[in-house]
Amino acid sequence: MKYEEFRDNATLELLRESESNILLTTIDDVINWGRKNSLWPLTFATSCCGIEMMAAGAPRHDFARFGMEVYRASPRQADVIVVAGTIVNKMAPVLKRLYDQMSEPKYVVAMGACAISGGPFFLNSYSVIKGVEHVIPVDVYVPGCPPRPEALLYGMLQLQRMIQTESIKSRKNRNISHDSK
Amino acid sequence: MEEQVNVITPDEKEEYIINMGPQHPSTHGVLRLVVSLKGEIVKNVQPHLGYIHRGIEKMCESITYPQIIHLTDRMDYLSAHINNEAVCLAVEKALDTEIPDRIKVVRTIMSELTRIQSHQLWWASFGMDLGGLTCFFYGLRDREKVLDIFEETCGSRMIVSYNCPGGLMYDIHANFQKRVKDFIKYFRKILPEYDQLLSGNVIFMERSKGIGKLSLEDAISYGVTGPTGRASGFSCDIRKHEPYSAYDRVTFNEVLRYDGDTYSRYMVRIDEMRESMNIIEQLIDNIPEGPYAVKMKPIIKLPEGEYYQRVETARGELGVFIISDGNKNPYRVKFRSPNFVNLGALNHISKDFKIADLVAIGGSLDLVIPDIDR
Amino acid sequence: MDKIQLCEFAKSLDPEIEVKEGRQFAEVTIPSSKFYQIAKKLKESDETYFDFLSCLTGVDYGKELGVIYHLFSTKYNHGIVLKTKTSDRENPHFDSVSDIWKTADFHEREVFDLLGIRFTNHPDLRRLFLDSSWGYPLRKDYVDDINIVTK
Repeated sequence: MKYEEFRDNATLELLRESESNILLTTIDDVINWGRKNSLWPLTFATSCCGIEMMAAGAPRHDFARFGMEVYRASPRQADVIVVAGTIVNKMAPVLKRLYDQMSEPKYVVAMGACAISGGPFFLNSYSVIKGVEHVIPVDVYVPGCPPRPEALLYGMLQLQRMIQTESIKSRKNRNISHDSK
Repeated sequence: MEEQVNVITPDEKEEYIINMGPQHPSTHGVLRLVVSLKGEIVKNVQPHLGYIHRGIEKMCESITYPQIIHLTDRMDYLSAHINNEAVCLAVEKALDTEIPDRIKVVRTIMSELTRIQSHQLWWASFGMDLGGLTCFFYGLRDREKVLDIFEETCGSRMIVSYNCPGGLMYDIHANFQKRVKDFIKYFRKILPEYDQLLSGNVIFMERSKGIGKLSLEDAISYGVTGPTGRASGFSCDIRKHEPYSAYDRVTFNEVLRYDGDTYSRYMVRIDEMRESMNIIEQLIDNIPEGPYAVKMKPIIKLPEGEYYQRVETARGELGVFIISDGNKNPYRVKFRSPNFVNLGALNHISKDFKIADLVAIGGSLDLVIPDIDR
Repeated sequence: MDKIQLCEFAKSLDPEIEVKEGRQFAEVTIPSSKFYQIAKKLKESDETYFDFLSCLTGVDYGKELGVIYHLFSTKYNHGIVLKTKTSDRENPHFDSVSDIWKTADFHEREVFDLLGIRFTNHPDLRRLFLDSSWGYPLRKDYVDDINIVTK
């Protein structure tokens, strides 16, 4: 998708404006180009969205063409964790531990309605966590129940755009969770 | 937070305990297996569950009957259509509604397509678990064709809430019959390729013949149904014993094998895909005309009593047990899920095999973890 | 055997049993002290041969707690429903049938986890899905103000 065709770019442009040094900008561009084109996801799929994530890696909606087909099983080697599926009270400490084991820079994509806000299990479920942002900080939200593989690809492309605008000088501190519950 | 993690006490100094934790690459979901090993030989396997326990049964007590469909969809998401059919049949039987033929035939065709796509995904991930990555790509490529059919008629790819008490949500699309016939013609040519890739492969046969044997008496005692049970000779196909929807007017074979090992479980599923195509071929040309939904009351209230409906999902017998006290919300809903029961046999059949065989046995049982935890 | 014959057979095993011809299956209510022997007889007798335990459900009836068993026979293709109840809500216990039907192992652990009903002689009664600090969610008097919306 062309740069000009993204309509919701206001925040990303703001992020870009803060840098003005030419040398640093070129280094930033090269580093970010390398980083965004080889994001390695962690194999983490809890429920139905996991199947759509697998389908996004399948031949039809291949996401190997974006550099992401290398799924790493160990969190130490992964860059991005795509939280696909419902997170339950018992699973939350495990997720936090996995996130802590990943090395910087790391990103989180919340895929599916369950990971964004609890989804169809929002009301009257005694053990579903209403949104994974209560556990780890999220970068991109991909809505849907389950989201189509194309929707996940759009979410990953947005993540790539976000990485493109980062700079080695000002990397946000990501260890503060939005909600301390 | 964990109580009594190690209930298995290693007997001799040579035994040790490892944890195949909730996140592992043979992604069948979040299943945690605590395995007690002596060298590489498995002595005891204890599953720890609850990592995707969403409390669906408690949630069902506060929603109406048509809303239960949206939750059972997400339980065993690979047989979503068949799960919904179970709930709809239970409600319709309780209310004594007469269902027209068109609905029955379309439900049966969609169920068989669901079974085919579930087995395709199973084949893809089973091959990948054993190391043959090609199977993953072939299986998912062909599964996309079935998902296209679902998307055109039902609106969604995998989580189709197409059944509802009283019939179907929408009528079938005009292209439905043509696309299904094209798919069957295509898939019949492809299925021998699957055999060529995996079934006759020497490495695969070494890794699966004689591994994980389950005898017939154990299969009945452990309650193992579905393709896993039929591979041990247990004739448990609900479509034959208590036919529902349009299964009483089609002829098909119940695929039985008698060895009970991983290879038999594999071959049963491959043959079941062929039988499913036979069933669809018998029904697709003569879909009867008629309404696609029967008019039900806006608020469905079941009469007081207990209702139990069994259907044959892609993994075994799903039982839906509804206790109603006359209100619009059920009093208690219990899902007897096939994966929950099949997991009970895992400890017994993997004793004294190597840890690499544990992956093959787990893959051949075809577990979907959200169905276990509900 | 059809529903009526099954009802008579069950009645003949013990006089304290109540039978009812339900809509789908013969429903047999057995007092909890005699449950194990009756269940064993139903499995081993040649006329009924119920060797397949399909479903084990724990129910909270409001004042009482109960368990419902759905049994089927692979030989004769008939089914029966067994029920037991207890009015002890503090410490309910029944006999475990996991040595008659091995599938009851996991089912009884689930009932213990979600309803708090203990099964004596069970080989390994631990909680299955939740951990020890949860209450028993499927009970009707389970209170959870944050998550559960009571109308």
